[in-house]
Amino acid sequence: MAHGPATLADGWRAYIARWVFTTNHKDIGTLYLWFSFAMFLLGGAFAMIIRAELFQPGMQLIRPEFFNQMTTMHGLVMVFGAIMPAFVGLANWMIPLMIGAPDMALPRMNNLSFWILPFAFAILTSTLFMEGGGPNFGWTFYAPLSTTYAPDSVNFFIFAIHIMGASSIMGSINIIATVMNMRAPGMTYMKMPLFVWTWVITAFLLVAVMPVLAGAVTMMLMDINFGTSFFDAAGGGDPVLFQHVFWFFGHPEVYIIILPAFGVVSQIIPTFSRKPLFGYSSMVYATAAIAFLSFVVWAHHMFTVGMPIAGELYFMYATMLIAVPTGVKVFNWITTMYKGSLTFETPMLFSIAFVILFTFGGFTGLMLSIAAADMQYHDTYFVVAHFHYVMVAGAVFSGTAAIYYWLPKWCGKMYNETMGQVQFWVAFIGFNIAFMPQHFLGLAGMPRRYADYGLQFADWNMVSSIGAFIYGGAQLMLLYNVIATIRNGKPTTEEKTWEGAEGLEWTVPSPAPYHTFAKPPEFK
Amino acid sequence: MSTESSYYVPEQSKLPIITATGMGLMAYGAASWVIGGGNMVFTAGLIIMALVMFKWWSIVIDENMRGLANDQLKRSYVLGMLWFIFSEVMFFAAFFGALFYLRVIVNSWLGGDAAIGIFDDTPTDAAVANNALLWPGYEADWPPMVTPDEAANGANATFIGPDEAMSFPGWSKMLGWLPLWNTVILVTSSVTVHIAHTGLKNNNRKQFVGWLGFTVLLGLIFLVLQAEEYIHAYQHMGLTLDSGIYGTTFFMLTGFHGAHVTLGTAMLAIAWFRSLKGHFSNEDQFGFEAASWYWHFVDVVWILLFFVVYVFD
Amino acid sequence: MLKRAQALFLSLLSLVVLLPIAGSAFAESSASQLNMPQGVTEVSQAAYDIHMIMIWVCTVIGVGVFGFMFYVMYAHRKSRGAVAENFHEHLGVELLWTIVPTIILIVMAFPATTALLKVYDTDNPDIEIKITGYQWKWQYEYLGEGVKFMSELRTSDDEVYGREPKGEHYLREVTEALVLPVGKKIRFLVTGNDVIHSWWVPDFGVKRDAVPGLFTAGWAKTDKPGTYVGECTELCGQGHAFMPVVVEVKEEAEYNEWLANKKAEAVEYASTIGKEWAPEELMAKGEEVYLQSCAGCHQADGGGIPGVFPAIKGSPIALGPQIGHIAVLIDGVPGSAMQSFADQLSEVNIAAVIHYQRNAWGNDVGDVTQPIDVLNYKQSK
Ligand code: HEA
Ligand code: HEA
Ligand code: HEC
Ligand code: CUA
Ligand SMILES: [Cu+2]
Repeated sequence: MAHGPATLADGWRAYIARWVFTTNHKDIGTLYLWFSFAMFLLGGAFAMIIRAELFQPGMQLIRPEFFNQMTTMHGLVMVFGAIMPAFVGLANWMIPLMIGAPDMALPRMNNLSFWILPFAFAILTSTLFMEGGGPNFGWTFYAPLSTTYAPDSVNFFIFAIHIMGASSIMGSINIIATVMNMRAPGMTYMKMPLFVWTWVITAFLLVAVMPVLAGAVTMMLMDINFGTSFFDAAGGGDPVLFQHVFWFFGHPEVYIIILPAFGVVSQIIPTFSRKPLFGYSSMVYATAAIAFLSFVVWAHHMFTVGMPIAGELYFMYATMLIAVPTGVKVFNWITTMYKGSLTFETPMLFSIAFVILFTFGGFTGLMLSIAAADMQYHDTYFVVAHFHYVMVAGAVFSGTAAIYYWLPKWCGKMYNETMGQVQFWVAFIGFNIAFMPQHFLGLAGMPRRYADYGLQFADWNMVSSIGAFIYGGAQLMLLYNVIATIRNGKPTTEEKTWEGAEGLEWTVPSPAPYHTFAKPPEFK
Repeated sequence: MSTESSYYVPEQSKLPIITATGMGLMAYGAASWVIGGGNMVFTAGLIIMALVMFKWWSIVIDENMRGLANDQLKRSYVLGMLWFIFSEVMFFAAFFGALFYLRVIVNSWLGGDAAIGIFDDTPTDAAVANNALLWPGYEADWPPMVTPDEAANGANATFIGPDEAMSFPGWSKMLGWLPLWNTVILVTSSVTVHIAHTGLKNNNRKQFVGWLGFTVLLGLIFLVLQAEEYIHAYQHMGLTLDSGIYGTTFFMLTGFHGAHVTLGTAMLAIAWFRSLKGHFSNEDQFGFEAASWYWHFVDVVWILLFFVVYVFD
Repeated sequence: MLKRAQALFLSLLSLVVLLPIAGSAFAESSASQLNMPQGVTEVSQAAYDIHMIMIWVCTVIGVGVFGFMFYVMYAHRKSRGAVAENFHEHLGVELLWTIVPTIILIVMAFPATTALLKVYDTDNPDIEIKITGYQWKWQYEYLGEGVKFMSELRTSDDEVYGREPKGEHYLREVTEALVLPVGKKIRFLVTGNDVIHSWWVPDFGVKRDAVPGLFTAGWAKTDKPGTYVGECTELCGQGHAFMPVVVEVKEEAEYNEWLANKKAEAVEYASTIGKEWAPEELMAKGEEVYLQSCAGCHQADGGGIPGVFPAIKGSPIALGPQIGHIAVLIDGVPGSAMQSFADQLSEVNIAAVIHYQRNAWGNDVGDVTQPIDVLNYKQSK
């Protein structure tokens, strides 16, 4: 292990071999991050097609069946291809650095977890070119639209989900094992950075629910090809069973998306407030509480399927409760800023916008949890607006913040602050123009997954599309900023890039050497 | 927590990318197979996976024997195995959950007697209409020998219920009832694997090797009996995957359990071959322990299955 | 640069927070499309009320939380010389902001529960209507009256694909609306024929999933005659955006007259089944039916969509024995998107569309399918 990583100077063979055969957590983290960004652009491109078609009433560019494929693939690619791998990438890069470990606990399996993903997504996207088209049943793939009535390509979708689930489970087991087993001496659980905490809890959620998703797609596979009747009332099954199984996975899944984002923000806000995180332990408990509650609220996605009233009431109350631990987090962040010494570099701007817009999305979530009102909101653009506020302004904003925050540590170069801030403003404004009007559309009665709509919805749709294009432009700027920084950013070698930063990752040089902590650091 | 001063980071490895390729081919191949393409791609993927897995285990075992794997890494393997088993628990939870939901809730909706609430047993409007307008004649029984389809459409139905169920046949016929014997076998095997473990701990190689071998044998017998049961179900009981929800849940639950028994038996068998070669000691037994934990897990699942699927109607 | 950015930041953020409030205020003053409609039933009113309560609760909390945050961002900036303090714990406030939201939520739970109970109050209806979702149309059956019909989108493809200007009721018009009387409690029993649909009329506050094989129940009672438009809100395939719901609420007398007419129509129709139809008549009617009910999948030119929907042009069924063709229409093809049309189309229409398929696009079978053939097949089962 004396040798450093192969670079292009060692010849392209060695260079490619480095990435393909690597067992190094930083390399694998980098792979995850680039992969997820590529998927983000792909999913974003699908979204652009959706928004372009919805720019005006009437079918302009594509046919309804292709529109459905776009909606489905957009959701799938964004959730499974962009956001989840992005945070796994951050986990790979940062967790060993943060807890003073030399690498992940199971390095070869780590490489395997990553390399499954390109195969899974190659299979998934290849369905678009198959006879009958790709998955067209929404990212929630409700039976029987996704079984009896699905194109043949659904089988490819099913197996792609299977292996992608295997990848997630292995990746999560690795994270759990790393955190439980590899902490530097003195790094007790309650001293771990919050990002590490949120990731352990996320990993636990993943190990718990990915197998349930595997179960759901397996039942589909059997219903489609082998004559079983899980989702067919004629045989004594029930299409709604699918929804229960799916959402038992799906609801924790949305917290899988947001918890690491909470972690990132909990690192960044103290740094730029130059003040320790307020209420560390209550943050840990709140995260655990959110994770626990996420298992018992799934049917709030199914208020209109005709559950008995007792079920509806229970799921409504349980869902409302999630506002409490989430509120604790929001209040803690703000109190961290209180009486700090604030500066507003790009990572901080994104984090502040995260807190505000996420909370806004949380409020609409709370409105959705009121079953009687959800009878009106359900499956309208109000829901679409809700989840883009929590997932785009939540997960994507915090991911962007993380990139700016740790980029100097990753590549030893500083990004251009002005460019960063400009990108922030374009993203922030574009985002709100794109998604704020969707609340109005939803309330006025525009259902989601609609390829076409009545004239009364025309105005806001146009506004929303324009905003979406601006927001898409902001993503291209982000890509540009990252590449420009890597290629000719101002070199920085100091360990501690940010004045207020705390933690082990800021004790190693920048860029972080290929191997860190071969000897465990002392941590007080 | 880490106390070691050195840490084993394996060199670059070609194994993962080959494994991923194998998985990719298997996934793609399985899908094209079920839609009527050939099974070539799937088989190729399967062969790659089998070979690379074999190689991978050998390397891990070899590293272990050479003393490269320190205690910390071994703990990581232990954690990995335990969390893997947890993920398997959740996989089964999905199917047990489905069974519970279909059997307890959906069945009474289709049968028309689902109650409004816990304290009020008036059937709901929707349930009454289900039975009156959609599935007339369907009665909520478990196991359902007549599917809703059959009740409503008679001979034109797609899903025809089974002629006979797998349930408990009564005390008098109990001894001829396969599931009971399967239960006995699996429970015994859990005990035998434990005896083998004790043998290993006490450095009693003969006890270890012998009882482990016996456990593998019990696993195989279980699988044979299970296959026998399936054949009987298909040929004599009209109980098939497409005989409605009873056939569906019966075969899916026992089938996945069977697949796990197969995997567990394979793991134990590998451990047994290694034990013949003198591997494992009372300090170093992870490979065997992992297999035995897995085996206990499979056993517990069966006991649940036995009660939920076979006994309680 | 930073200073100016902050000023902009603050003003924009306040805008974001204030927009929805402005929006709801707007909605109360005009019929603008910014807020949930109040609707015309108790249920929709209840949904609206709890919705407004939630908006205000969230607004108040939001203004408090964000207001404090903006204050902090303004007052404790490094550029204003703020020096960081070091406190990071305070049990009191932590308890406070756990308990206060909990209390708010418990209080909220009361109106939320009452509203939900209202939604579920489907007892003792005056009229019961069975609603079945088909790909991509609705069927309404007046239980106990012997009246049932399909309701499909009337907007033409030319409008959708921009070959013709869009009409005022673009995507909000159907072949035949559901007709209801005022002042009567109506129970909707909603189910699906193929995939899950969802029947939604915002002004009634009724959104019930149409799950194949099971019913969901909802109800409405209104005193306001008028036309109410709704949508299918569960993704159900390519025609999801093209299966609106239109309900006409009429005065009771008008409704009764309408119902009587419907019944008479049904009787009259029964007498025409036996009639011998001329091939040209069948061809014309068949084309109409085909374009309305079949072309969505099998395409107007009979070419289908390869891999999903088979072509009818040259299909072995269409060229084979007549009885086999009738069987496909009456029984459907189980396990596929080809549903049974026995309940959706009249015998006359089925006969016509079969005749059309067997004799259009170069399918020159040359035989004639009469309604009586279809009836005979139905009765033989
Ligand atoms: C990152 C992902 C994410 C997150 C974090 C959330 C968070 C929440 N979501 Fe969301 N949700 C989604 C992603 C997410 N959601 C997605 C993807 C869908 C649609 C899926 C699909 O159908 O395709 C969805 C749909 C969805 C529905 C179903 C809507 C429908 O289809 O009809 C509901 C209903 O209850 C809901 C509720 C909530 C609630 C209560 C929260 C809560 O966690 C929010 C809690 C936060 C706050 C409340 C704000 C901060 C708190 C305070 C400042 C404290 C004080 C506040 C009060 C006391 C009011 N969500
Ligand atoms: C975390 C996940 C995530 C993310 C990040 C996004 C990001 C975006 N989503 Fe997402 N969305 C979902 C998850 C996500 N979405 C889910 C789960 C659904 C539900 C699916 C379903 O119903 O089944 C959904 C559905 C959904 C709909 C509803 C579709 C429908 O109901 O038919 C819409 C419509 O506006 C939309 C828009 C957008 C836009 C404009 C972005 C933007 O933020 C994207 C910005 C990124 C880019 C644009 C990429 C960068 C730029 C390029 C590649 C170059 C091209 C650029 C230009 C031409 C300007 N999304
Ligand atoms: C929702 C989509 C859909 C609609 C609407 C539809 N069909 Fe079909 N149809 C199908 C599918 C799918 C098949 C193939 C079934 C199979 O064999 O698996 C099919 C098969 C057929 C066949 C047999 C063709 C062959 O060669 O197998 C005939 C005939 C037919 N349909 C006639 C009609 C008529 C007449 C109508 C309208 C009254 C109609 N279909 C409406 C989807 C549809
Ligand atoms: Cu029917 Cu959507
Ligand atoms: Cu949820």
